[in-house]
Amino acid sequence: MSLATESQTGSPLQSVLGWLLRNHIWVFLALTVVVFSLASPYFLTVNNIGNILTQGAFIGILAIGMTLVMIDGEIDLSVGAILALASALAIGLQDHMGVWPAVFLGLMSGAALGFVNGTLVALSGMHSFIVTLGGLIGIRGLVFVYSGENALMVQDFSYTEIPEIYIGPISLTAMLFLALALFFQWVLSSTRHGRETYAVGDNIEAAHDAGINVKRHKIINFTICGTLAAVCGILLSMRLGTAEPNAGKIWELWTIIAVVLGGTRLQGGFGSMWMTIGGVLTLAVLRNGLRLLNTPNYVELMVMGGVLVLALVLDKLLNHKGDT
Amino acid sequence: MDDVILKVEGITKTFPGVKALDNVSFDIRPGEVHALVGENGAGKSTLMKALAGLHKPDSGQIVYQGAPTEVTGPLDARQKGILLIHQELSLSPELSVAENIYLGAWPTNRFGVLKKRELRRNASKALEALGCGFGPDVRVGTLSVAMQQMVEIARAEAFSANVVIFDEPTASLTDTEKDQLFHTIRGLKARGVGIVYISHKMDEIFDITDRITVLRDGQVQGTVDTADTDLNQVTRMMIGRTLDTFFVKAKAEFGEEVLRVEELSKSGLFQDVSFSVREGEVLGLYGLVGAGRSEVVETVFGVRRADGGKIFWKGGDIALPTPRQSIDMGMALVPESRKEQGLVLMMGGRENTSLPHLSLFSELSVMNRPKELATFEKYRSALSIKTTGPDQAVSQLSGGNQQKFVLAKWLCADPKLIILDEPTRGIDVGSKSAIHELIADLAERGLAVIVISSEMPEVLGVSHRVLAMSEGAVVAEFEGDDMTEENLIDAVSHHRGEAAA
Amino acid sequence: MGQTINGVLRRHGLILAFLVFLGGVALNADAFLTPGNILDVLRQVSITGMMALGVTFVVLTGRLDLSVGSLLTLLTVIVVDQHNIAGPFPAIVMTLLVGVAVGAFNGLLVGFVGLNALIVTLAMLSFLQGLVLFYSGGSNVNVANAQETWFGVFGRGDFLGLPVPVILFLVGAVIAGLVLQFTTFGRRVYGVGGNETASIFSGIDARWTVFWTYVVSGFTTGVAAVIMGSRVMGAQNTIGQGYELTVLAGVILGGTSLLGGSGSIWRTVIGISMLGFIQNGLLLLGFPYYVQWLVTWAVIIIAVWIDLGAKRGRIFA
Repeated sequence: MSLATESQTGSPLQSVLGWLLRNHIWVFLALTVVVFSLASPYFLTVNNIGNILTQGAFIGILAIGMTLVMIDGEIDLSVGAILALASALAIGLQDHMGVWPAVFLGLMSGAALGFVNGTLVALSGMHSFIVTLGGLIGIRGLVFVYSGENALMVQDFSYTEIPEIYIGPISLTAMLFLALALFFQWVLSSTRHGRETYAVGDNIEAAHDAGINVKRHKIINFTICGTLAAVCGILLSMRLGTAEPNAGKIWELWTIIAVVLGGTRLQGGFGSMWMTIGGVLTLAVLRNGLRLLNTPNYVELMVMGGVLVLALVLDKLLNHKGDT
Repeated sequence: MDDVILKVEGITKTFPGVKALDNVSFDIRPGEVHALVGENGAGKSTLMKALAGLHKPDSGQIVYQGAPTEVTGPLDARQKGILLIHQELSLSPELSVAENIYLGAWPTNRFGVLKKRELRRNASKALEALGCGFGPDVRVGTLSVAMQQMVEIARAEAFSANVVIFDEPTASLTDTEKDQLFHTIRGLKARGVGIVYISHKMDEIFDITDRITVLRDGQVQGTVDTADTDLNQVTRMMIGRTLDTFFVKAKAEFGEEVLRVEELSKSGLFQDVSFSVREGEVLGLYGLVGAGRSEVVETVFGVRRADGGKIFWKGGDIALPTPRQSIDMGMALVPESRKEQGLVLMMGGRENTSLPHLSLFSELSVMNRPKELATFEKYRSALSIKTTGPDQAVSQLSGGNQQKFVLAKWLCADPKLIILDEPTRGIDVGSKSAIHELIADLAERGLAVIVISSEMPEVLGVSHRVLAMSEGAVVAEFEGDDMTEENLIDAVSHHRGEAAA
Repeated sequence: MGQTINGVLRRHGLILAFLVFLGGVALNADAFLTPGNILDVLRQVSITGMMALGVTFVVLTGRLDLSVGSLLTLLTVIVVDQHNIAGPFPAIVMTLLVGVAVGAFNGLLVGFVGLNALIVTLAMLSFLQGLVLFYSGGSNVNVANAQETWFGVFGRGDFLGLPVPVILFLVGAVIAGLVLQFTTFGRRVYGVGGNETASIFSGIDARWTVFWTYVVSGFTTGVAAVIMGSRVMGAQNTIGQGYELTVLAGVILGGTSLLGGSGSIWRTVIGISMLGFIQNGLLLLGFPYYVQWLVTWAVIIIAVWIDLGAKRGRIFA
């Protein structure tokens, strides 16, 4: 999409405006940053920005995979559960095989479950909402079967120090999120797979007629989504040093909220990582800012709900070609 | 035979109940524009889909560049150099022009990374060859329909197609855009591409094509050189005299005026449409596809909102009604698309019949099932609908029987005015004449009837009075002895000629 | 003959498999098919079942309602808290009214503004969670005079040997089923879900129809909250968390299509009861409670796939 918007119009101002119209979440993000900076002296500090990035990174990594799946016109409700399983495996298997093999297996569990989701969607023709709703329930069951009802604790605490690498105020987790987001933006804009994603979500008949293997394509994106959920789970286990069987519960909802807030459409065919980064950061800024202002946590939940509906209405007004 | 690129030899294709293509043969020469004309359901789209590999013919073969060829799908067709340009464009609005031209066949390196420069360069070349006014980087969603069509045509350049099939390419183009399209088509022609041009619009066909092949009921009626023929001959071939063209016309005994429409307008669709219809009268509304006929009646019925104009019901101004108000007044609309607008396909005949009149079939909001069943049975036998029972999903019925349920659902409430939009499209001959008889019967019972059709004999056969529509305007009205095919054709094509000039 | 068996298997394969499951559990756990245990299962099912009745209306129009779990929490907190303040009867009335109001708001946004149902009700889920914390101040509420009030009858009472919640659920199911099958409203719901355009061409106002289904969903969640509050005699801030998923799973399991237009109340009753019996049966067999989730996963996939495959005439898409 950068390809299209940059050279489409003559003046740089116009292209900036065009970009902002499509990525209006960034305007909103700027607004919230301004408001919170004025409201709290602690908000616009280097440390706090680092905090926001780290806090946002977890949902952010989930949101990257969700964006791919959603541009395809599908949805993945199982990311929260996959995250919990990967985190449990990464911690639970360490004692038997060492840290990195355990982490690797955690990642593989995410990839495998994503593959299962995608394959079920592609082979059965069921809507991904149903398939991954089943996954959301069942994979959580897998987590409990593996770890029981209690949190798994890490034995070797050096594990929790792995993500404690900072560049300035930016944590490894935050860097990983940004790197992955940029990488997948590049995938979306510059690779065959990325362009197929838009083609499939936009006009699946045309994509099929053009010889794109739609089924294989969707399986790949679900697998990526599952793998990224596992990445998020492993980072979470490193940060906490424990793996709660209930970790990541309703995170799939937060993830969908972040992606939709960014402007990516549930109907598919439209969206980008730029939008998702904007959505993730807006969500993180809102949560962080509201906490800095010592608002009770119910305000946060209510504001989220309100903002989400607002985003939908705004999107309807700005791009009233909603139903293509 | 080196002057033929593509040859269709004796293709037959049967669908359950219908012989869509019956031993069809025709050929395309390089550098010619070959029109494929026929009424709706004549088999044009089936033939086209067979060429693009979407339908596998039961018998017969396609000879391409001298060799028998099997086309397995649109991609295969494209790679072989046969390009189909559909009415519904097969583009991805979010992708750039260049990406759409090469949709699914992008140049990439080993790792699947796009070679954007190569893609742009090739696409630019194709666009320049066509003389397109936009670059390869523009997002397709921001282009007008005409420009999007150019993107599809650019595929012909990009894949050096030998045959390009256009299906109703001007359906949503303005006149200037149409001229540009024709310019492009002539360009392709000059480079030796063979072009199949499918259209309802006769003036275009005489403007751009070299030969015309007429299809009727799945059979080729003949192929003629455009220069040696005229509109009348082609129309006659399309309509045919041999079919059962026996129409029953209702007795011309008219009562009070039921509906009057004054200067109804909706921007972009139709302008200043006025007409009226009386009890016992059958008013025909003739026009080619895209003339705005359906849009007018949908607006009268209330499914669409007009920008301006007045609607009078039995002399009273009813402003702009909602469908509910129209139905309650006694208006009925048998819509153009049976499956999308007419029926809830998963429901049975019983439930579909009562759907528009739930309050008539209920007391205190509780459905009166015996009454529903009685009505269902009444119309099942009156219209001789073939169904296994009141709850057999109408999706399982044939087109004719489905259409009869659409009629039943409106007739059961004794409407004062019934509007029939293409009531016989895509249904078998037997059901057709049954519906024609029904129209006459309804009018004799005192209903006002409006019949929309693009089949000229049908309109002339059943109506007392005919309005000709073209490009969103009523261009002529004929009554009595003036109701002839020549006059209708004249009115519609003359107007188009004027508009183009 | 072979064909009919095939047809029966296709149409009712799931129910047959379920009966086999019931039989299998009964052979291994004597307590399973006793009247007492069955009533226990039904008592547990009554709350999700009651909610599922309303959600079925919404799903039949081709929409979704994910807000019912949070709504259940909110309404349970309200009914318990107001019981202490205003007494049982006003508390119940207030609960039902709030339920209807929230449903109406969802209906307004989805039906009239035309926003995406998934996102609207997701936003409502978040908003209502906030509202719960706002209302309760983060603490749990309990019925103060649990021994004296008649409020307990909805969740704990028995009538003619049947638990009152089960009676409420079954009566609710019968009413909902009758409304869908025999009233003009029911017909409009199926019409809009089956083919919205054709329904509009038939003079049906799709916006109002969708609106009212959300009101129904809010109302049945209100009734479920009364049962819940009465059974627990208290409410935590997370009491309804995740219920929206169980409810939806039950509706889907019954075979009601998310695309709208096909499904029914009795299917929902079967789907949600199956979930209850699976859960209970696995517990009786000695499995930990979370094993039911795995089974639910498998059952949902298999059930919906079979359903789809039967409609499509072949298994793979």
